[in-house]
Amino acid sequence: MAATFALEVATPDRLLVKDQVTEAQIPGLTGYLGVLPDHAALLSELGSGLLTYVIDGKTRSVVVSGGWVEVLPTGTRVLAAVAERPDEIDLKRAQEALDRAERRLKEAGDWDIARALRAAERARARLEAASKTGR
Amino acid sequence: MPSLIDFRRRIRSVKNTQQITKAMKMVSAAKLRRAQEAVIAARPFANSLRQMLANVAGATRGSETASQHPLLVERPEERVLVIVINADRGLAGAFSTNINRGAQKFLVEDKAGKTVEVEAIGKKARDYFRRRGFTIAGEYFGLTKSPKYADAAAIGRKVAERYANGEVDSVYLIYNEFKTVMSARLDIMQLLPVPLPQDHSGVDYIYEQPAEDLLATLLPRYVEVAIYRAILESAAAEHAARMTAMDSASSNAADVIERLTLYMNRVRQASITREIIEVVSGASALD
Repeated sequence: MAATFALEVATPDRLLVKDQVTEAQIPGLTGYLGVLPDHAALLSELGSGLLTYVIDGKTRSVVVSGGWVEVLPTGTRVLAAVAERPDEIDLKRAQEALDRAERRLKEAGDWDIARALRAAERARARLEAASKTGR
Repeated sequence: MPSLIDFRRRIRSVKNTQQITKAMKMVSAAKLRRAQEAVIAARPFANSLRQMLANVAGATRGSETASQHPLLVERPEERVLVIVINADRGLAGAFSTNINRGAQKFLVEDKAGKTVEVEAIGKKARDYFRRRGFTIAGEYFGLTKSPKYADAAAIGRKVAERYANGEVDSVYLIYNEFKTVMSARLDIMQLLPVPLPQDHSGVDYIYEQPAEDLLATLLPRYVEVAIYRAILESAAAEHAARMTAMDSASSNAADVIERLTLYMNRVRQASITREIIEVVSGASALD
């Protein structure tokens, strides 16, 4: 039995994941964090992307965006503004969001560049998650 | 004296009312269950966020930039904003009266002499405070039907911005906290300036970002989550209050029906007795 730690992924309105996992890859604001059992306590802002974790040798994933990740000796907690399981992703909507964001980044206009960048990142994370899980 | 037909009519009408109150009770029970599930589902995020904020607050204590955060600075309290969360619809017993009275008492007694404004969530709150001449800063309807985080977040951003701009000096949240089906507790909570939770667990984090920056991102979310939680609690308390009110209305109707049936039988018996006397005395007159 490999060593495990508790992983929780929560959004303001629900708890998505609460499991004992052996490892997790979490998208931090400044890059992916790999978490294994007995990781040092750490607090970071969460980026947008695919959060993967391993339970009993099986890899699962959720798409997260915005929020924080807290690694504690007792377990890891991810508080995300938005989180979805791969099967909940609306592919059409994600593609539309990506197209819109890319268009806005190319053309100058009266919109928020930082927001468009974040939207593009979110949409890419969703599409990537969906394609990885074979949809 | 009312006739038999009048009684039958009354009883039928009360029975119809009773059917409606019974149905409403059942609907409220179903909604209450869903509202309770939503309250429970929102708990892990809120609790973890609070703990994180407490830890970061502990780490940044004494820091100049942290205590100067726009959502933490304290000013002399002159302009008060209260967010009152109430129902959109009545027929929930004393639910809306309790919250409105409690809020008014808080504004008139505790905040006497200060400029006050009301953010009204729910028609019952808007109507009550508008009728009494309070300034309504904003009104939101239909939020407690199936509370959405995005709605709570929008209100949170609005009040946080007004606080940061110095338009108001404090923000309070007034709502009914769901305790049990039979009881709700009126809660008045200070939202801004954010009262930092003090119970930090003493963890020494590795900070990927400076703790002050994290504090600055945690605070607005903390405000939004507090409002969201209050809306969820209030929704659950409202359904519970309506369920209780409809339950007692149904049993009142049953009492009324019982009494009316008794009277009706008495009236019928009296008329039968009278007829028998008439027949008997008629027959004896023939002898």
